[in-house]
Amino acid sequence: MKWTTAIKEGIVAAWPICLGYLAIGLAFGVIAQKAGLHPLEIGLMSLMVYAGSSQFIAISMLAGGSAILPIIVTTFMVNLRHFLMSSSLSMYLKSVHGGWLALYAYGVTDESFALNLTRFRNDNWDWRRALVLNHTTNLAWIVSTIAGGFGGQFIPRGAFGIDYALIAMFICLFVFQLRDSIYIVVAIIAGGLAVGLSLLIPGNSYIIISSVIAATTGVLFKKAQLSLRVEEKD
Amino acid sequence: MAADYVLLLLGMGFVTYIPRLFPILFLSQRELPQWLVEWLDYIPAAILSALIFPAIVTSGEPRTFDITRPEVLVAIPTFIVAFKTKSLAGTVISGMFLYWLVERFFF
Repeated sequence: MKWTTAIKEGIVAAWPICLGYLAIGLAFGVIAQKAGLHPLEIGLMSLMVYAGSSQFIAISMLAGGSAILPIIVTTFMVNLRHFLMSSSLSMYLKSVHGGWLALYAYGVTDESFALNLTRFRNDNWDWRRALVLNHTTNLAWIVSTIAGGFGGQFIPRGAFGIDYALIAMFICLFVFQLRDSIYIVVAIIAGGLAVGLSLLIPGNSYIIISSVIAATTGVLFKKAQLSLRVEEKD
Repeated sequence: MAADYVLLLLGMGFVTYIPRLFPILFLSQRELPQWLVEWLDYIPAAILSALIFPAIVTSGEPRTFDITRPEVLVAIPTFIVAFKTKSLAGTVISGMFLYWLVERFFF
């Protein structure tokens, strides 16, 4: 009974991500197929790696004749940001069995993290629904990348503004995060730093660096605020 | 399918899975100190901000700052809709529609 509602609600909640993955997955499939991969090889990569941006990078490195090891090292660095997301999600996954956690971890992406975390905080959401959401989006990704490999070039690009689905979703989930002034301060620091660093350093390490600095500043800021209040009372 | 390719996927899959798995497996089973709970509580706002703003206001490789992109123009009303309605569906749909409109008629 628990699972039937979880499956229903998890699938329904996944739609914005599925829409976005359809657009990006088709584009990825087209590019991968042009680089010489068979649709089955494309699907296998989406199943085994399941991380969009690193898959794009891997294809361009493969097409450039790169060896295996540099691609794996790059993949590691590009996907290291999930470490922060999983840490943050772990607060809502207490007392869940290890096997389920292992299955859950496989589906942690920028998008599923953002959507599940917001739901955990605000709605009647649990790990079962979140797990279903993860695997629904995973399936959407695998299917769209394979479809792209078979004939994505026949689908008009940018139809229905689908390319903006994920940005719009992130904007809304971001707005949900701004619950009081301290979160706004953290967000301004992170966003400002991220834009600045992204212009200065190649790759995507700017995401981790600016998030860590901003969250740390938030903790210190809160501490200073509290001690200030204590002093005022004295 | 070439053995090399399978080896590549195994390697990529492994290094992607480890950072996803470790924190969930270990942090969920422990009582965390208060400062860490607080720090993790700020991470979503920080990461989302760090993901969104460069994606909106920069483009190209190497990246350059560019606020004349359709992404920027559409982001402003999308933010307003998100603030006013607090509706995920409404924000996604109106964001897509505005982007479609802007791409079609202005760029």
